[in-house]
Amino acid sequence: MNALDKLLGGRQGTLGLALLALLILVVFPLSLDALRLGMIGKYLTYAFVAVGLVLCWGYGGILSLGQGVFFGLGGYCMAMFLKLEASDPQSTAIQSTPGIPDFMDWNQITELPALWIPFQSFGFTLLAVIAVPALLAVVIGLAMFKRRVGDVYFSIVTQAIALILTVLIVGQQGLTGGVNGITDLKTLLGWDIRDDSAKLVLYFINAALLLGCIVIGKFILASKLGRLLMAMRDKEERVRFSGYDVASFKIFVYSVAAVFSAIGGAMFTLQVGFMSPSFVGIVPSIEMVIFAAVGGRMSLLGAVYGALLVNYGKTYFSESFPELWLYLMGGLFIVVVMYFPNGLAGFWDSHVRPWLRRLARRRAPLANIPAPAPAATQSEPAKTLEVQP
Amino acid sequence: MEPTLAGAKRLLPRRLALGAAALSLLAASVFSQSVLADAANTTGLAVTDTEVLVGQLHSATGTMAISETGSIQAERLAIDQINASGGILGRQIKVVQEDGASDWPTFAEKAKKLLVGDKVAAVFGCWTSASRKAVLPVFEKENGLLYYPTFYEGLEQSKNVIYTGQEATQQILASLDWIAQNKGAKTFYLIGSDYIWPRTSMKIARKHIENVLHGTVVGEDYYPLGNTQFGSLINKVKLKKPDVVFAAVVGGSNVAFYKQMKAAGVTSAKQNLLTLSVTEDELLGIGGENMAGFYASMKYFQSLDNPNNKAFVEAFKAKYGKDSVIGDVTQAAYLGPWLWKAAVEKAGSFDIDKVVAASPGIELKTAPEGYVKIHDNHHLWSKSRIGEVLPNGQFKVLYESELIEPNPFPKGYQ
Repeated sequence: MNALDKLLGGRQGTLGLALLALLILVVFPLSLDALRLGMIGKYLTYAFVAVGLVLCWGYGGILSLGQGVFFGLGGYCMAMFLKLEASDPQSTAIQSTPGIPDFMDWNQITELPALWIPFQSFGFTLLAVIAVPALLAVVIGLAMFKRRVGDVYFSIVTQAIALILTVLIVGQQGLTGGVNGITDLKTLLGWDIRDDSAKLVLYFINAALLLGCIVIGKFILASKLGRLLMAMRDKEERVRFSGYDVASFKIFVYSVAAVFSAIGGAMFTLQVGFMSPSFVGIVPSIEMVIFAAVGGRMSLLGAVYGALLVNYGKTYFSESFPELWLYLMGGLFIVVVMYFPNGLAGFWDSHVRPWLRRLARRRAPLANIPAPAPAATQSEPAKTLEVQP
Repeated sequence: MEPTLAGAKRLLPRRLALGAAALSLLAASVFSQSVLADAANTTGLAVTDTEVLVGQLHSATGTMAISETGSIQAERLAIDQINASGGILGRQIKVVQEDGASDWPTFAEKAKKLLVGDKVAAVFGCWTSASRKAVLPVFEKENGLLYYPTFYEGLEQSKNVIYTGQEATQQILASLDWIAQNKGAKTFYLIGSDYIWPRTSMKIARKHIENVLHGTVVGEDYYPLGNTQFGSLINKVKLKKPDVVFAAVVGGSNVAFYKQMKAAGVTSAKQNLLTLSVTEDELLGIGGENMAGFYASMKYFQSLDNPNNKAFVEAFKAKYGKDSVIGDVTQAAYLGPWLWKAAVEKAGSFDIDKVVAASPGIELKTAPEGYVKIHDNHHLWSKSRIGEVLPNGQFKVLYESELIEPNPFPKGYQ
């Protein structure tokens, strides 16, 4: 088995990733109109968060109920840059102080606050999208994991952080746009991001970044670190007694999840054209955990399907049954949790794949090709062996 | 060989069915509408010879549902009445209702769906400023037409929006003049929830109090949305004894604020209070007895005594039950479809650009609030009124201004 194959998780993993890539890079753009493709693009930005959660929750056992914080930070960094570009002195000539974002003018602010000044540079902004959430995650991680705060206590603290950040953003409306958020974003370096053609380009950038994050995730899981994460999740003490610095590993995987979320947030801002505190709070953060749970918290690919399915369900149900849709969504969650505790990916592994294999076996003699069926069964024990040690 | 073949055949229809289900799922996501282009519709809107499609975009679920339901009902009532009287340019209005779910990005998504997917000729919707700010770029980009019903902070004027509620100066200036004249008010205490509308309103109020009325502002405080602890504020009010408490507290905070005021003994017997944010809808939650004798500044009260309003209240109650109440925003929402009808008929077309061009100068003499007219800046000329809260949850109208010109970017007040 070569290195690339190992990285992608064997033949099954490669096939799954290829299928997902085919779906989001080819099938969706060809079959959907601009409006629907834009929605899929938006859903895929949530998938970044879900992929991060698979790493830190599914494998690392760290349930963060505050991933919206990182999604929001990434989104706000990008929004600040775009807002400054949209607030040039000509288009804001009507304000008391032209050249600053409109909401600052409404809040009697007369010069650009120091916090905003670095965001005039696109390079700094891109750096900030990655660095700010990573830094915050490291700080939270140091404060929590080094003191061995874990499990449910950690989840509660992350919720509190989500709440604190929301209150901060809403309260400091001269700096942040308050409840309204940062709206009316127009261009990126002079390129109109509201055009259908721009949306298409952004969609592909988004999809490519998402696939990139999944590959990074697979790389982490395939490495020794991935094995350690699982060991920590299942018996933390034993790993600690073996001489590993458990906290550092936790901080690392938590930061990776934070950075993934932030990339999603930045891409969200670019595609949807605004950012608001409604993505930062507790409710959206828990929703993001649901995406991972529905997709399967042990599957990086499943998380993407989970985000797509839940959000498609929200859109479809609310368009078709405006009065009933919340109940239908609730029903969907109950069904998934009751019948497929491991999410869609678990359902796939326990039901669909065996069914497909039976199908392949039955079809094989029919088509007179005996080869594929044994090959499929052969790869299976090889994979289990791999996970054993 | 034989049984296997049969097995495959049995499986085949099932797989076909699965494929068909997947396909229909895809097809469901592509909305197509047969559209007849004629003189009244040259831009491909969803207008046929017998029907015209409009959108309704409010929160039917979530925290804002309680406020927005009145607007949904009023718009429906107006549309039903228009349809019953023959529709618009011979077409019946058909409504596509979307739920913004009190969530701003959802509003943006649904706005885009209505404009691009359904190609609606007009949208009646939004309530909070945040939701309007979220959909505004979509309406401007896709060239849609939004009728927005809520009284709001101003500082905005879009080609693609008709604002049927009052902007801040309309609601504030006349009411401050009234209370200064009639109650001899010189000192004011400004209180608001902490977001853009109260902040802007209080900024305008302060300038007017200091520069025009030559009074003083003895205190100005903002509380987070949803705050329910007003004890320290009430103590400050008791200490400073302002002539008037000028309040723009919204949502659930309202209930706590007035109940705590009453519990602390700050009632209309010894304290004047003028609010910008209490309508009949809010009084349902607060309870009229908890703020009886306080004043509210609105352009509409359910108790207005004129034939238009009598007919409106009667029709509303006939449709939604005799206990339903009608607040300022509900009435403003009711104006939306009627103003759109008048503009379309004047333009002779559903084309957005033509309807927008025809809108300034449109008058509505049948408005429940009396008379309104669309200004060049897309806001309405309207009167301001002062109502005194009655224990039964209604208002007694004490004062009515002249028609006030809308001025969303007031010079000297920024």
